[in-house]
Amino acid sequence: MSKKGKVKITHPERCKGCEICVMYCPTDILVVKKGQITITDIDNCVGCYNCELSCPDFVLEVVENNER
Amino acid sequence: MGYKIDEYLRQDKLPHIWCPGCGHGTIMGNLIRGIDKAKIDPDKTVVVSGIGCSGRASGYMNFDTLHTTHGRAIAFATGIKLANPELNVIVITGDGDGTAIGGNHLIHGARRNIDLTVVLMNNHIYGMTSGQFSPMTPTGDNATTAPYGNIDQNFDLADLTKASGASFIARGTAYNTRQLIEIFAEGLLHTGFSFIEAISQCPVNYGRRNGLSSAVDMLKCQRDSSVNIRKWDSLSKEEKKGKFPTGVLYKEDKREYTEMYQEIIDSVQEEAK
Ligand code: SF4
Ligand code: SF4
Ligand code: SF4
Repeated sequence: MSKKGKVKITHPERCKGCEICVMYCPTDILVVKKGQITITDIDNCVGCYNCELSCPDFVLEVVENNER
Repeated sequence: MGYKIDEYLRQDKLPHIWCPGCGHGTIMGNLIRGIDKAKIDPDKTVVVSGIGCSGRASGYMNFDTLHTTHGRAIAFATGIKLANPELNVIVITGDGDGTAIGGNHLIHGARRNIDLTVVLMNNHIYGMTSGQFSPMTPTGDNATTAPYGNIDQNFDLADLTKASGASFIARGTAYNTRQLIEIFAEGLLHTGFSFIEAISQCPVNYGRRNGLSSAVDMLKCQRDSSVNIRKWDSLSKEEKKGKFPTGVLYKEDKREYTEMYQEIIDSVQEEAK
C-alpha cells in the first residue's frame, strides 16, 4: 500500500446519493448505486481529499489505512 | 490535510436535515475546517445563527451555539461580543435572513466594525419556506412569489458591506472547497467585522425552478461563473458579464468596536478613582 491516504466510507448511513463526490473524483472510482456511495477500485484512489472536502453529508474520509 | 471534522459535529444530530446535494453542508464542513486551520480555541468560540436553512447550522456544530430569531443573529452576536470580548463570535446567516429581514443589522454591524465573523450562505432563495424570492434571487429568475420572473435587482453584498464599513470582505463558493477553507481561516483571524459570502446551491427550491435541478449542475455553474480576484481585474467588461469575483476582496486595519468600548470603560473608571 502506498503511503498516501485512501478514501473510506466512514459514515455510509449519512449518504444521500447526491453524486457531488462522484463529480470531483479525478480517477472516477466513486459510484452511487441504489442511492448509496460505493468505491469501485480503491487501488486507484490518489488520496486527493476532493471527495472528503466536497461531500455535504460528511460521509467520506481519507485515512491512512483503508483495508477495503 | 486531514481535518478531524467529526469532533466538531454533534454526532447525535446527524444526518442533518438539509436536502440531498444542498451546499450548506459543504460550507458548514469547510467553515469547521477553517476553524481548525485558524487554530482558534473551540472552547472560546460561539456560533450564532438566525432562521432559515442556514440557521440549522448552529444545531449541528459542537460549540457553544445560539439559534436566534429571524434576521437577528448579528444583534445577538453583538451582545455576546460586547459582554465577552475575548470570545470568537461566528454568525451564520442566509440571504433571506441576512439581507432582507436582517439587512439593517448587517449594515450596522459592519458600520461598527465589531469583531464578528459573519458567514452568509447565499443560495439565492428562501429555501426553508419552499422558494420565495429573496433580495439575492437573480433578476429574471423564477420563484414561487415570482412565477413570471423576478424583476428586483440584487445587492452586491461585497459593495454593500464595504460601503457600510466592514474591514474584511470575502466571497467563496461551495464548489471551491479549498478556497473556502482559506478565506474562513483568514476571516476568523481578522480583528474587525469580517463578512464572508459563501455561494451555496439549493437544488430543491431554487435550481428546480430555474432549469438546474441537480446539485452537480449547480456546482458546475458556480465553477464557470466564479473568477479568482487575482484574475478579475484583467478581465474586460464583456468577460465579466455573468461572472463574479471570489477570494479576499477587501481588507483593512481599522479600529474595532469592543476595543474602543473598553477604552471608554477604562478612562471613565480612571476618572472615578
Ligand atoms: S480521495 Fe480523491 S481519488 Fe480518492 S476517492 Fe476521493 S476524490 Fe477519488
Ligand atoms: S457527496 Fe456524500 S452524500 Fe453525496 S453521494 Fe457522495 S458520499 Fe453520498
Ligand atoms: S431547501 Fe434548499 S437550501 Fe434548504 S436544505 Fe433544501 S436544498 Fe438546502
